[in-house]
Amino acid sequence: MENYMKLEIAAIGENESFARSAVAAFALALNPSLSELSDVKTAVSEAVTNCIVHAYEGEDAQKSILIECRIEKRTVGGALHIAITDYGKGIQDVEQALAPFFTTLEDEERSGMGFTIMQTFMTEFSVASEPGKGTKIVMMKEIAA
Amino acid sequence: MNFTAVEKSGVLFLIVEGEVDEHGAGELRLAADRKIDEHAGADKAVFDLGKVSFMDSTGIGFLIGRYKKLRRYGIPSYVSRVNAETDKILSLSGVYSLIPKM
Repeated sequence: MENYMKLEIAAIGENESFARSAVAAFALALNPSLSELSDVKTAVSEAVTNCIVHAYEGEDAQKSILIECRIEKRTVGGALHIAITDYGKGIQDVEQALAPFFTTLEDEERSGMGFTIMQTFMTEFSVASEPGKGTKIVMMKEIAA
Repeated sequence: MNFTAVEKSGVLFLIVEGEVDEHGAGELRLAADRKIDEHAGADKAVFDLGKVSFMDSTGIGFLIGRYKKLRRYGIPSYVSRVNAETDKILSLSGVYSLIPKM
C-alpha cells in the first residue's frame, strides 16, 4: 500500500514551520536530495501562509487547513503528492492571483510570489478555488532516484 | 529567527539567522528598521544571510521593504553569504537587480 498522511491544523502562524517540517519528514521515505526537500518545504510554506494570510482574513469561524500527502514509489525514484485545502473566502480571480508579483495586500510587504514559487519549485501545480467556499492547492514533486 | 546588526567602518551588517517566514516577519521588520534608523549614517548596508536555514517569499518582501527604507537614507544595500536554497528564491524574484550580491 502507498503511504499517505492527513494533517488538519489551525490556520495560525505558529503552524507554518510545523506544517512544512511535517511534510518534509513524511517525504524522507522517498530519499529526496536536500534541494528537492527544500523545494517541497518552500512550496508548502507558501501554500500554508496563503491560507493564514488570505483565506481566513477577517473571519472568526473555525480556521483550519487540511494537508494531505501521498507517496508514490516508482521503479526508479518516486513522487510526493500534496493537497492543501482551506475553507476560507476563496480566490475571486485565480488567473490574476497566479501572476508573478500580484498581491492584494500591497502595503504589508507581500511579494506576490507565493504561487510563482509553488509553480516553479514543484513538478506539477494546480489550484481550484470557489469564492466563499475555499481553495485547494494540488502539487506533485518528482523525486529522482 | 534571530536578528543582529553591527556597523564596521561605515558598513552596516544586518545579520539574519534561522527561519524566515510570515510568522516571524513582523518582529524581524521592526528589529531591522530600528537598527537602520540607529545607523542612518552608514555608507552601505549588507544583509548577511549566511545563517538563514529557511526562507520563503516572506524574505523577498522583507528585503525589498528594507531596501526602500535604506534608499531613503541614501544607503545602498547588498546581500552576502546566500546559500543555494535562498539563492533560488531571490534569483526567481529578481531581488538582485535592486540588492546585488557581494
